Amino acid sequence: MRVLLATPLRSYTSGQAAVEADGASVAQLLVALDAAFPGIRFRIVDEQDRIRQHMRIFVNHEAIRDLNTLLNPMDDVQILQALSGGCGAEARNT
Amino acid sequence: MKGTSKTKNRRAAGKTRRAVSAGKQRKPPRRHLKTRLRARTVADDVTLLVGTRKGVWFLHGDARRASWSVEGPQFLGHIINHVVLDPRDRRTIVMAAKTGHLGPTIYTSTDCGKSWVESKRPPAFSKQADGQSARAVSHTFWLTPGHETEPAVWWAGTSPPGLFRSSDHGATWESIDGWNENPMYPKWVPADSGTPDGALLNQIVIDPRDAAHLYIATSTAGVFESIDKGRSWKPLNRGVEANFLPDPYPEYGQDAHCLGLCPQRPDRLYQQNHCGIYRIDRPDDAWERIGKNMPAEVGDIGFGIIAHPRDPDTAWVFPMDGTMVWPRTSPDGRPAAYRTSDAGRSWQRQDRGLPRQQGWFTVKRQAFCCDTQQPLGLYFGTTGGELWMSSNEGGTWKQIAAHLPEIYSVSAVTMA
Repeated sequence: MRVLLATPLRSYTSGQAAVEADGASVAQLLVALDAAFPGIRFRIVDEQDRIRQHMRIFVNHEAIRDLNTLLNPMDDVQILQALSGGCGAEARNT
Repeated sequence: MKGTSKTKNRRAAGKTRRAVSAGKQRKPPRRHLKTRLRARTVADDVTLLVGTRKGVWFLHGDARRASWSVEGPQFLGHIINHVVLDPRDRRTIVMAAKTGHLGPTIYTSTDCGKSWVESKRPPAFSKQADGQSARAVSHTFWLTPGHETEPAVWWAGTSPPGLFRSSDHGATWESIDGWNENPMYPKWVPADSGTPDGALLNQIVIDPRDAAHLYIATSTAGVFESIDKGRSWKPLNRGVEANFLPDPYPEYGQDAHCLGLCPQRPDRLYQQNHCGIYRIDRPDDAWERIGKNMPAEVGDIGFGIIAHPRDPDTAWVFPMDGTMVWPRTSPDGRPAAYRTSDAGRSWQRQDRGLPRQQGWFTVKRQAFCCDTQQPLGLYFGTTGGELWMSSNEGGTWKQIAAHLPEIYSVSAVTMA
């Protein structure tokens, strides 16, 4: 299926905005993406299999948070950056 | 940034260059350690590795440290918490990175920063059955090269407070369960603890005499010591105030901003804490608040502290305003470093060349450092993107760069 990727992820795909990958679920799709583009999965989901706070995954234009969401071969998947990101508090000292 | 192609990574990085204890006395340092730490001549060029909220810059000094050329940015737009050269080969650089959207990662360069390879397995906590409430690494905050007898080893500290170790120059990282899964972890890192950016394991210090002897600094529990390479930990906070807790002198719960171990006397450590400046001489287990000797109008609050690499009695701090609502800016808008040359019994203000007024600097802990030259060079970066240096141990200061993004870390190195 066709997977559209946000610009921050395109350094993994040699600049490609959309790639082909397969999976019976979002979780499987992410594993397939990581096999093709090593390292990409951990930038999207954390070690507890949660979609990162400032990332969004849409399946046929519907936002999903559950990686067990099932997929069909003709589904349209978009992995996008949330509008909330980019101004995070990371690395502020205390 | 994908790490399979060095050439591509170099291009993608957008590189440009333009001018502008354990309670026992330990043995003294071995002879080869002394050799390694001897003063470098000024003929050795100093490079500053500058991590910012928006990428990495290198500044190259000439042999006299009089003029500097700026190289970069690399990884424009990436949040770079720490970028550190490996002193064991002076070629390998490891960098902690993330972006505003993407999760955290680590990059390693083995050619002095010309190309980078992404970690195959960045620091990450163990997968828990109840994943929804379990910890996940928000970002790696601190990197430390391993002991000189462990050439490929690196250590990383994260937020939430996690300790990780790599034995392959940062390619893969393993959890140090002696800390991360310690039964006391929920006490040392309470679930509701945190600072404006969340709780931190913000520093790792290795005893140059003993690879198994570690200190860590945390924002939720203070300083801890391990004598078994991280398998077990004990708090080391006696005498250190935590004025934000009901018991102001608890066993743990302090906010240790920064440690400075004296290489020529590794039993001496300085500490810049959320509640003052301290010194400890092991095997003592109590810290002495040497910040009480700072001018009262300046106080003894700050982020960073530098221990002189050759003189255990000398250290520097860069005070900030920790009064009222904690502006974290230079007290009274008059930035200055303060130097002690008698182990904290007295302090001398060093502000020549710095703004005399309206200088509201904030200098983060990784952004205050020294080189190893003779005389020693001191460096700091500000949250306003300015870089300042002194080539005479703080006697005079000059600005060497401005208009950079918010500076998170500066390290002064001599690359191979």
